Amino acid sequence: MGLASNSPLEHEKLVEGIIKELQDLPGALLPILHRLQDELGFIPPALLPVIATGLNLSRAEVHGVVSFYHYFRSSPPGRNTIQICRAESCQAMGSRALEAHAQRALRCKFNQTSADGEFTLLAVYCLGNCACSPAVRVGDEIYGHVDAAKFDSLVAALSTSEVEVK
Amino acid sequence: MTAALTKIYIPRDTTACSLGADRVAAVIQRHIEKNHLPLEIVRNGSRGLYWLEPMLELETEQGRVACGPITPDQVDEFMAAASWRNIDKHPLYLGLTEDIDYLKRQQRLTFARVGVIAPTCLEDYCQHGGFAGLRTALAMKPQAIVSCITDSGLRGRGGAAFPTGIKWQTVLDTASAQKYIVCNADEGDSGTYSDRMIMESDPFSLLEGMIIAALAVGADRGYIYLREEYPLAEEVLNRAIEVAYANGYLGGAIAGSKFSFDLELRLGAGAYICGEETSMLESLEGKRGEVRSKPPLPAISGLFGQPTVVNNVISLATVPIILARGAEHYQRYGAGRCRGTLPFQLAGNIKYAGLVELAFGYSLRDLLEDFGGGTRSGRPMRAVQVGGPLGAYLPESQWDTALDYEAFIEIDAVLGHGGVVAFDDTVDMSEQARFSMEFCAIESCGKCTPCRIGSVRGVELIDKICAGKAPAQNSILLEDLCYTMANASLCAMGGMTPIPVRSALEHFAEDFEVATGPASRPSPQA
Ligand SMILES: Cc1cc2nc3c(=O)[nH]c(=O)nc-3n(C[C@H](O)[C@H](O)[C@H](O)COP(=O)(O)O)c2cc1C
Ligand code: SF4
Ligand code: FES
Repeated sequence: MGLASNSPLEHEKLVEGIIKELQDLPGALLPILHRLQDELGFIPPALLPVIATGLNLSRAEVHGVVSFYHYFRSSPPGRNTIQICRAESCQAMGSRALEAHAQRALRCKFNQTSADGEFTLLAVYCLGNCACSPAVRVGDEIYGHVDAAKFDSLVAALSTSEVEVK
Repeated sequence: MTAALTKIYIPRDTTACSLGADRVAAVIQRHIEKNHLPLEIVRNGSRGLYWLEPMLELETEQGRVACGPITPDQVDEFMAAASWRNIDKHPLYLGLTEDIDYLKRQQRLTFARVGVIAPTCLEDYCQHGGFAGLRTALAMKPQAIVSCITDSGLRGRGGAAFPTGIKWQTVLDTASAQKYIVCNADEGDSGTYSDRMIMESDPFSLLEGMIIAALAVGADRGYIYLREEYPLAEEVLNRAIEVAYANGYLGGAIAGSKFSFDLELRLGAGAYICGEETSMLESLEGKRGEVRSKPPLPAISGLFGQPTVVNNVISLATVPIILARGAEHYQRYGAGRCRGTLPFQLAGNIKYAGLVELAFGYSLRDLLEDFGGGTRSGRPMRAVQVGGPLGAYLPESQWDTALDYEAFIEIDAVLGHGGVVAFDDTVDMSEQARFSMEFCAIESCGKCTPCRIGSVRGVELIDKICAGKAPAQNSILLEDLCYTMANASLCAMGGMTPIPVRSALEHFAEDFEVATGPASRPSPQA
């Protein structure tokens, strides 16, 4: 995630640049949304009208697309995004216990961010790492055989502030 | 004069890296630099013997030999003691890689180069038979290419097992100025990773298959629709596409011919339903991934309304070897209506997890026992889900079924994309059935009621049954619901969700009784 400034004006400039660059691609909306989320970490709802105008779509159409896909988010995530695989292979190796542990350790539920803003916890359905379940993804790193202890050390290594993981 | 460098191979594959392969490579690099060792690191893909990862290989006069699984700490010692000079004395020594039993007993056709070559090195690809299929195809008429695929008996490996040649024939026969080749790289099925492996470890084989498909049907544009959950595959594929363009294998005048083909990678956005081909086409067009009603078939009216070949990664990556060796060679593997090989993926609670490419016809038990070696936890194996989240849970009494599309249909199961997920005796099958309904509720595209609403009701009914609330009546309602979903859903998402649910109810009925709740069971990781 790059970081342009957070002012609405900057955001608007950013999205206009992205639209200009990508609008000629057939089916440009998803590539544009991806780029925007890469840059900002989320799709600010205030930008939907700009995208709609740029692509000659209605605002409802753009909203419909953003809300259809689990990956696109409308609010900023924490500094790290932790995805825990909830699918069958990981279930067979204890992911249900891991899910419960993670929510306790971060004191937040799925789709929430920990109080210190460090971690957003997300569910994912298979990371293709089923040969060493349970699997967890942080950013573009994928971890295998993750049990509660491994999860705790992962979280500790990622924390910028001194947090006790309990 | 410097002596020739000896190659040392360390996989760069998602699973190998999730077990520390990058750190292993970094340690070796440090030793090479510090001590000016005559070694050269090659980041190959993974052979898919995942219980041995991180597995390093060393080039010797006898061939490549392997050592693994080796941790970053162990590799530090390995390098400090110069163990690579007499690797055969090392406790983790595995002998010649090709002679490792797990690999030797496989029939690797689609996966022949996987783990062998450096994934984006074109020279390596060509030295290992790459582009031989394309060269053959360039000398053939489109109809001859399509007929070759039809004769090979290849059926789609994405799950539905539709004959690939027949699909291509429809696209070839549909006149249009614009046709497309779309690769379905959404690999959403849990317990599967064969597409990921091809894309990370031998991406040119997929590109070559797509180019041949384009030649066969007269398409000049292609898309790979890759799931967002595969960041390494994305990086490797983008690099492979770049290399292919730079070397005249994509763009105009492919391999010196008059033919042109442009290829672009697109990312999904975390929606399982976008693996369904018409939903994927909607997504590629920039829309919500809602399933289209068929007809029209995508082969007649697909992407942007044009004739489109939609094939899975494995289907396409198998095309080059069929062209290179001939239809006759490929269809000699397998039996009955299932010709060739299927890359099975052993996952879940299994001791030796990994990729096993086999001709159709072995039994599920061969896979689970001879290859898988039983459970990882050491407890008795109780259930096996084959074919992803929409596949049946099989009890031991069904493990002698042949790995064959028709044999599986006969027992109300599916082979699908070849994922095999094992569970030990700590599994609570009512939780598994409940999850199947929950997953359908989360991933439903929402277009039709049996799936959108039915899945939510399904979760509620299973909860009631397990809580002992009118279990007999609610079981009848649940079966009614399954019947409706199976028969009235627009696509296989809602249509097949009853498969795992019914299999759990039928074969593991005791888990739906109140007394045997999850609390009474030990944890699987104990
Ligand atoms: C809910 C659902 C999900 C699917 N997911 C995938 C997938 O992830 N990858 C895939 O190749 N096919 C998937 N399919 C099958 C595709 O619709 C289609 O049959 C396939 O891409 C055709 O290619 P093939 O003939 O080479 O298998 C899915 C189907 C359904 C109904
Ligand atoms: S069955 Fe489900 S996923 Fe398929 S079209 Fe209907 S609502 Fe969409
Ligand atoms: S099921 Fe969890 S990584 Fe595949």
